[in-house]
Amino acid sequence: MELTVNGKTRTVDVAADMPLLWVLRDELGITGPKYGCGIAMCGACTVHIDGQAVRSCSIPVGDVSGEVLTIEGLGNPDALHAVQAAWIDHQVAQCGYCQSGQIMQAAALLAENPNPDDAAIDEAMAGNLCRCGTYPRIRAAIKDAAGRLGGE
Amino acid sequence: MGRIASITRRAFLLGASVVAGGVVFGYWQYRRPYDNPLKDGLGEGELALTPYIRIDQSGVTIITPRAEMGQGVHTTLAALVAEELDVAWDAIRVEHGPASKAYYNGAILEEGAGFAPTDTSPMAERMRAFMHVPAKFMGFQITGGSSSVADAYQKMRVAGAAAREVMLEAAARKLDVSKASLKTEDGHVIAADGARLSYVNLAPLAGDIEPPANPKLKPRSKWRYLGKSMPRVDMVGKSTGTATFAIDVRLPDMLHATVKMNPGLGGSLTSFDDTAARAMPGVKKIVPLDGGVAVVATNTWYAFQAAEAIRFDWGAAPYPADTEGHFAAVAAAFEGDHDSRMRDDGDVEEALASGDVISAEYRVPYLAHATMEPLNAAALLKDGKLQVWAGNQAPTQVVVEAQNITGLEEKDITVHTMLMGGGFGRRAEMDFIKHAIHVAKAMEGTPVSVTWSREEDMTHDGYRPLGIGRFRAKVENGVPSALDIAVSCPSVIESQMGRLDINIPGPDATIVQATWDQPYDIPNYRSTGYRAKALLPVSSWRSVGASQNGFYHESAMDEIAHAAGVDPLEMRLKLISHGPSRKVLEAVAEMSGWGNTLPAGHGRGIAFVMAFGVPVAEVIEVAYTDGAIRILKAFAAVDVGLALDPRNVEAQVQSGINFGLSAAMTGEITVADGRVEQTNFDTYDGIRIHQAPEIMVRIMENGDRIRGIGEPGTPPAAPALANAIFAATGQRIRELPLSKHIDFA
Repeated sequence: MELTVNGKTRTVDVAADMPLLWVLRDELGITGPKYGCGIAMCGACTVHIDGQAVRSCSIPVGDVSGEVLTIEGLGNPDALHAVQAAWIDHQVAQCGYCQSGQIMQAAALLAENPNPDDAAIDEAMAGNLCRCGTYPRIRAAIKDAAGRLGGE
Repeated sequence: MGRIASITRRAFLLGASVVAGGVVFGYWQYRRPYDNPLKDGLGEGELALTPYIRIDQSGVTIITPRAEMGQGVHTTLAALVAEELDVAWDAIRVEHGPASKAYYNGAILEEGAGFAPTDTSPMAERMRAFMHVPAKFMGFQITGGSSSVADAYQKMRVAGAAAREVMLEAAARKLDVSKASLKTEDGHVIAADGARLSYVNLAPLAGDIEPPANPKLKPRSKWRYLGKSMPRVDMVGKSTGTATFAIDVRLPDMLHATVKMNPGLGGSLTSFDDTAARAMPGVKKIVPLDGGVAVVATNTWYAFQAAEAIRFDWGAAPYPADTEGHFAAVAAAFEGDHDSRMRDDGDVEEALASGDVISAEYRVPYLAHATMEPLNAAALLKDGKLQVWAGNQAPTQVVVEAQNITGLEEKDITVHTMLMGGGFGRRAEMDFIKHAIHVAKAMEGTPVSVTWSREEDMTHDGYRPLGIGRFRAKVENGVPSALDIAVSCPSVIESQMGRLDINIPGPDATIVQATWDQPYDIPNYRSTGYRAKALLPVSSWRSVGASQNGFYHESAMDEIAHAAGVDPLEMRLKLISHGPSRKVLEAVAEMSGWGNTLPAGHGRGIAFVMAFGVPVAEVIEVAYTDGAIRILKAFAAVDVGLALDPRNVEAQVQSGINFGLSAAMTGEITVADGRVEQTNFDTYDGIRIHQAPEIMVRIMENGDRIRGIGEPGTPPAAPALANAIFAATGQRIRELPLSKHIDFA
């Protein structure tokens, strides 16, 4: 089957019920989205499908019809997305494992709500678990990124 | 010998046996350095002056002997070298380097010396220094015990300074000028006439120059990296999805695997039927393991699916079938001989024989590490050589395990230590790495990445022990005149070291950590540890024994203050004369507005714990509204002696607090039918952003030496929260998790 990931069309030969996450990671070698729980409880696998934040561990690849964007497609070290730049400026990451998902979730939030208040941040980000507890800096970085994106 | 004998009787665990062994082997050997592991395989023009620095044509690489699990150790240890070597921050590269005894951790056993951190007597200092001897003999390269900066502070600055001297010498020879006429700047030697020679170009000329053993170090006033908040070297990678964790390792023709182990931990595998699994898509092989199987497939998800299709007949687990039975075993240990009595000041029995005695019992559950990156490792056995890719806290132990499994010699084993998606102590264990090596052996020639499902990870941990803490106390003149604290839990050291086939005689310091060594001056003060029999496998969990004992001790102090009718902060200040400890208490009081009136339904709690030598005072403010607790703010003051990277210290304290709050609020692992009941984040959650408080941190430097901060932020969080709940509601909760007794918003 065919899949559009980060602007490129890719062909994969897998079971249709394989979750998107495992197609990305083990078939296409796109390892930015992480496996954390497999049941949409932690958000480490978050990607965008047509701009919406989605838990890639819990959507069968056969059900994916839109364009998939992973952290690798959001920005890269030489061309950072505003959320990534804010993450670096605020030195958010510790172990870093959940941060691809946090950043994808935050980017989707800001695309929808350019100037989120604390309650909106809580609501959007509550599904993304960080065992290092980087939440104070995640919150600060989201507010900063909102400013960079012209929300304030 | 008399002195050694008396010292070792005091020493805990590793101290008792190995110090004695070290002495017998001969102290002189301690002076001999280990070979520099970087000297193997150097190419033309490449230079490895010390085990920490490699210079080649692409630049300067700093090898950090400790592993990055989120605590920022790559950055801070690299800064130690970069400061003295004089290289530009954005030009350095940082790697974990190979497994080598040269990277032994000298500081990690200091805690086992059996002296409280506040004890700076010559005897205590001598014993602490002495603990570096067995550490070196064992050559154990381990990240843990909040020991990384204390261990590296001198070693890695010296390495940087020595390498800089070599660069200067090489330049002096090349230019035929005196060394004194040269200076360095950002990876270059600068001559008097302004000529710039890069370290990269000097490296090929420096191979025969011996680095000086005692180079002069920069004074603190000249530091430009140390003491400053440096951008973390791993931050861009971790913000762009380009950082490579072990789970991300991809090699040509790699297969993916998972394991399914007996849900009764430690139980055997009697038989299994994999007929259905073998016929499933992508499945390549089923590999029997000790107590379970690995399923090898073309995709991790295929492996997960097939593992679920195998029918198993499991042997019984070697522990009680339910949580109640585990607590009964912990309670029963109080009836036997004690494991340790590290403090016995005054006469507690006499003091508590009369008058009003306050007493209470506290309980804590098993806890899982639940790192965000599920356990995994990759391995390849090919042409008589083994490579292992793993996020691990003990690379030299990986080599030992690999030798045992493959029979290969040390030289044929390469450990690639990867960035860890969380460690918290879990990645000092070897189980997940051993699985990968077994699979590599069965799949010789093919690289295999072995990933545990979250369910497997959650149900096969080495858990933080469950435990019971009891105290009795008497109040006189507004302070405790007597405090008797007794704790019981299974032994982490016995369990953890047992899995490495190492038998450690003597008491286990972790059982009583943070009960006997606190800087309270109480005239009748006793701390007793009881060792419960082995139950579930238990292991080091961020802050280890202090994680439960801090809760018991500091809840007790709050109960005592309440009974005495005095302010819990004031009472602590009356009991503590240790300067740095007093100052963190005073600081946190000032930060939190301690004593100011709060709105109705709000409450503040305070706790103080000194763990790993770091005094930490925390205040938590909560609101009790609509029948639920909301954590509003947390304040922490910590004294690390010297903060090498203040922004990272702040991050670690915030992290430690959120980790402690996660456990205090809802963290609980229970057992039913011989199996761990919690399987994923739906039943074992961590704190979420909407629950996480604003956290203010003040970093202080009054302590007498540099200390690590990865763990000390955790222990006060639970008691500060429980004490705040008491202040807000009048409800004294003596059992964790608190959610068993009160709701959280």
